[in-house]
Amino acid sequence: MTRNAWGDILAFAVLTLGALAMIGPFVWMISTSLKPVAEQFDMALIPQSLTFENYPALFNIMPFHLMIWNSLKIALISVVGQLLTCSMAAFIFAVVRFPGRNILFVLMLVTLMVPGQVTVIPQFIIFKTLGLYGTQAPLYAPAFLGGAFGTFLMRQYFMTIPIELAEAARIDGASLARIFFTIYLPLSKPALAAFAIFAFLFSWNDLFSALIYLPSDPEKTTLNVGLALFQTQYGGQWTLMMAASLISVAPIIIAFFLAQRHFVQGIAMSGFK
Amino acid sequence: MGSLRPLGRERWWVLAFLLPSLIGLALGTLGSIAATIGISFTDWDLLTSPTAAGLSNYAELPGDRLFMKSLVNTLAFAGLYVPLTVIISLWVAMGLNRKLPGLTLFRMAFFLPTVSSPTAVGLLWTWIYAEDRGLLNEAIKAVGGDPVSWLGPDVALYSIVIVNVWGAIGGGMIIFLAGLQAIPKDYYEVARLDGASTWQLLRFVTLPALMPSIFFQTVLTTINAFQAFDYIYILTRIGNGNSTMPTLVFSIYRSGFRFFRMGDAAAQAVVLTAMIFVLTAVYFRMQKRWGATG
Repeated sequence: MTRNAWGDILAFAVLTLGALAMIGPFVWMISTSLKPVAEQFDMALIPQSLTFENYPALFNIMPFHLMIWNSLKIALISVVGQLLTCSMAAFIFAVVRFPGRNILFVLMLVTLMVPGQVTVIPQFIIFKTLGLYGTQAPLYAPAFLGGAFGTFLMRQYFMTIPIELAEAARIDGASLARIFFTIYLPLSKPALAAFAIFAFLFSWNDLFSALIYLPSDPEKTTLNVGLALFQTQYGGQWTLMMAASLISVAPIIIAFFLAQRHFVQGIAMSGFK
Repeated sequence: MGSLRPLGRERWWVLAFLLPSLIGLALGTLGSIAATIGISFTDWDLLTSPTAAGLSNYAELPGDRLFMKSLVNTLAFAGLYVPLTVIISLWVAMGLNRKLPGLTLFRMAFFLPTVSSPTAVGLLWTWIYAEDRGLLNEAIKAVGGDPVSWLGPDVALYSIVIVNVWGAIGGGMIIFLAGLQAIPKDYYEVARLDGASTWQLLRFVTLPALMPSIFFQTVLTTINAFQAFDYIYILTRIGNGNSTMPTLVFSIYRSGFRFFRMGDAAAQAVVLTAMIFVLTAVYFRMQKRWGATG
C-alpha cells in the first residue's frame, strides 16, 4: 500500500475513536434515562428492564412542561427579533452608501469582542428599575436591538446578491423597504435559515441571563435554570437527571439530524473572508 | 460594495432600518461599557442609592481571595483550552479533509456537543466525574486503581478543560474544514511536482493558506475562554455561591447577582474586558508581523 493509504487508515481509526468520544456520553445519557432507579449504577449499556417511568416522574416533581414552553417561547421570540433587526441593518450596510457607513460597521464588529458580562450589569439595573426583574422580558427584549454576529453574517450574504437587482427595482419606483422585503429577504432563505438556527440555539442554550433574571420560580423560568434547580435537589439520582438532560438535548439533536446542512453552513458562513 | 445613494425620503428608511441596531450599539454596548466603568467607582447594592467609592473596588481586588483564585484559574484555563481546542479541531478537520468514507457522519458526531445545551450535557459530566460511583471512577476501580476527586480543587481545572474542549471542537472543525476546502487543488499538484514531502505540503501550502482561519479561530476561542461559565457553574458550584474552580465570570456572577455588590462586580467586569482587549490587540499585532508568510 502507498503511504497515503496508510495515512487514510490511521486517520480513519483515530477519527472513529474521537467520534465515539463525542457520541458516547449522549448514548450513555439515553441509556440511563431508560433504566429503573435500581439499575442506575449498573454499567450495562442496554438496560436489563427497559422503562419510561423516569419521564412521567420528572414532570411530577417539577413543572418541566412549563419550563420547556418558556424556553421555546423565549427562543422563538428572540429568533424573530434577531432575524428582523439584524437583517435590516445588514441590508443597509450591504446595499446603501451613506456617510460614516464603514466606521459604523467596524464599530459594530468591535463589539463582538465585548464580553456579555460587561454589558449585563447596567442592563440588569435597567430591567430591575423598570420592574422587569423576575419576568421573561429581559431574556428576549435585547434580541430586538440587532447584534454584531447576525448583522455581519447577513451582510456577507446580501453582498453576494447582484446590486443591479436593487437598482432596477429602484428605477421602477420601489422603495428601500420594498426592495428589502420583496427582493433581498426572499433571495436569502439559506442564510436566514442558518442564522435562525443560531439565534435559536443561542437562546435555548443560554444559562447566564436566565439565571440572573429568573433564578428560582419553576413556573416562569427556562429549562436550563430548571435543570440547575433540579440538580441541587435531586443530584445523585442519575436516572432522573439523565431523563431531564435528554429533554433539553433531544429536540436540538433531532433538529440537527433533520437540518444538518443548515447548521454547518451557518458556522462556515460566519468564517471571516 | 453597495452603490445605492439614498435620496430624499429614502433617508428616513435608512435611519428606520438602522435604528434598532443603533440603539443596541449606543445603549446596549457602548453605553453599557461606560455605565459599567461608572458603576465600578461606586458601592451599590441596588436597594439604597449608590455611593462614590473612588478606586476602592479596584484596590480591594488583589485582597479578594475568590477573585484572585478566579483570575489565576481563568488564565490557566485559557492557557490550556485555547491551544488544545484550536489544534485538535484543526487536526480533526485535516483528517476529515482526506475524503474518507462517512464524512457526514463524522462531521455530525464532532458537531453534536457544540449544539447541545452545556447545562444539560454538564449534568451528564457531573456523573462521569462524580467521586462516589461516577463513571470514570468505576472504570478506574475496575482496573484496580484508586478513585480520583475529579471536580475537587486539585484536578478540577483539567477536568473542566476537557469538558470545554470536548464541547468546542465541532465549531472550530467546521471553520477549518471550510478553509481547507477553499485551498485550490493546483497548489498541491504544483508542490508535488516540485517534489515536496507530506510535511512540506503541510508546512508551506496548507498552514499558510489556513492562517486567516487559524487566526480568526484563535481570537474567537480566546474570547470564549475568558467567558467560560456554563459547564463551570453546573460542574463545580458548591454551597453559598462558591465553586471548586471559580473563573472570572463565575466571580462576577457571584459578586453581582448572588450578593448584589454591583460596584465590585463592575470592577471585575472591567478587568475581564481589559484583558480580552489587550489579548486581542496582541493577536492582531502578531498577525501583522507574521502576515508576510500568510
